[in-house]
Amino acid sequence: MVSLTAGKVISSPAPARQRRLRAVLKHTGLLVFVAFMIYPLVWMVVSAFKPPEKILTEPGIIPSEWTFQNFKDGWHALNRPFSVFFVNSLVVTIASIVGNLFSCSLTAYALARLQFRMRKVYFAITLASVMLPFHVLVIPQYIFFSQLGLVNTYWPLLIPKFLATDAFFVFLMVQFIRTLPRELDRAAWIDGAGPFLTFWYVVLPLMRPALVTTTIFTFIWTWNDFFVPLIYLTRTQAFTVPVALNSMVDSETQSGVGMLFAMSLLSLVPILIFFAVAQKYLIRGIATTGLK
Amino acid sequence: MTSRSRFYLNRQGRAAHVFLIPWQLGFLLITAVPLLASLYLAFTNYDILNPPEWTGLENFQRMIHDDQFWASVRVTLIYVLVSVPLQLAFALLLALILDRGLSGLAFYRSAFYLPSLLGSSVAIAILWREIFGDEGLINKGLALIGVHGESWLQNPRTALATLIVLNVWTFGSPMVIFLAGLRQIPDELYEAARVDGAGVWRQFTHVTVPLLTPIIFFNLILQTIGAFQTFTQAHIISGGTGGPANSTLFYTLYVYQQGFVAFDMGYASALAWVLMVAIAVVTALHFLVSKYWVFYGDS
Repeated sequence: MVSLTAGKVISSPAPARQRRLRAVLKHTGLLVFVAFMIYPLVWMVVSAFKPPEKILTEPGIIPSEWTFQNFKDGWHALNRPFSVFFVNSLVVTIASIVGNLFSCSLTAYALARLQFRMRKVYFAITLASVMLPFHVLVIPQYIFFSQLGLVNTYWPLLIPKFLATDAFFVFLMVQFIRTLPRELDRAAWIDGAGPFLTFWYVVLPLMRPALVTTTIFTFIWTWNDFFVPLIYLTRTQAFTVPVALNSMVDSETQSGVGMLFAMSLLSLVPILIFFAVAQKYLIRGIATTGLK
Repeated sequence: MTSRSRFYLNRQGRAAHVFLIPWQLGFLLITAVPLLASLYLAFTNYDILNPPEWTGLENFQRMIHDDQFWASVRVTLIYVLVSVPLQLAFALLLALILDRGLSGLAFYRSAFYLPSLLGSSVAIAILWREIFGDEGLINKGLALIGVHGESWLQNPRTALATLIVLNVWTFGSPMVIFLAGLRQIPDELYEAARVDGAGVWRQFTHVTVPLLTPIIFFNLILQTIGAFQTFTQAHIISGGTGGPANSTLFYTLYVYQQGFVAFDMGYASALAWVLMVAIAVVTALHFLVSKYWVFYGDS
């Protein structure tokens, strides 16, 4: 129990050998736990390369036979190839990132730096809307967008992003701007730059870490998003990857498990790449939003 | 106030309105109007083809006698009450273990965080179907020790448990927040406690826990609100039905079924409003109770 307690707890110095033994035990325990946590993912990766009939009969992670058949079959399992869905997902994701960066940074700058009458009210609304469940808005939104004839287009997914409705990112950027020294703004003002030039040339470049965090989380959340595309996208050619996977599940058969695994794995690849490249920002992003 | 500074204030005010055009449009069109519209629809019968028909409290009376509604309330409450504390307990425990100046911290942190990143995807829900299915990974493991397992997803008594396990599996993101919080605790406090004769356990209960309560509170609020709105996993695991025997009929899945499968949009709006009020009440309760256990350092 002692070894489980907090970080900077200062315990009486133990003999070096005892300390090393404790460290070895701890690493062994942690590594076993990591293996246990990650095993399902490894199993998924390996299963995607197994002949379909062996996936459920061989639970081990060393396949007796490798094949790309699952990928070939899965790619054409629906009436459009998966390349269509990947392109769709990519379009939606990139446009969402642009929308969030644009609208949330404008909003955050006004809320954090400009003096105007409704500032506190607006900020309170932004905070409150973080907690608003999406389900209470989705039915009127659906009616609205379907009356405009926008079902099976990406507008219902994208318009909200360009209107700063992801309040979480507004909040994140406001908190970040508040940490920037105000003297920089003042200096720009004295030099004759108005709010727009100050925003563009002074604040925005300094906001880079917050913009990177927003980009990463928008990417991951939009790429994984299922509920909104499920509602608006009913034609196969408009499917994003998660909706396509869902419709594969609906038509699953025994031989389909391999294809499902192969396509599921491919759907995670962009996120895994992001995870590998931007890990530092990811971890910092969660840690700082947690602590304001 | 000098005329010069008033000029700047006005100029800032005008600029603010330009900066806030997207936000104001979004607030109006995407949030406020839909919010009020769904409140109105909650008191109507509406199938999207015919105009809404005012029915007063009928939708809410219907809930009282709707077995599926109560099943979905039960499933969601069990899920929130079991999976959130379990997930946070794992997160805190691992954060405490990793915080102790351990080598390889970055590796462990990433490995534990990875599931959080993937956990809400359709792909992982598909994986879960195969892990807990009839011939899935779990039953293959049980077979090795001579136990014959049934499908965990077909059994109404275990189906929800598989989703609870999935949520606990994603303890990495609250863990990262805990780790950041632990780092904020000043060393001097531990030294002072030690000088006063506190052992390791008392340092934990009298220094670490009190100073971490704001972070615990933050994680609790965040994860509770998220858990109430679980949808993807339940939809994929049950093929959108919430079965077997309504055992994975999460509240949001039921709202979806009523609104977008049955196109009973009046009833679905009423259900959604009940969810929103429930989340608001739970969050307010959390804040009220937090006065008695969250320590902000200045009292």
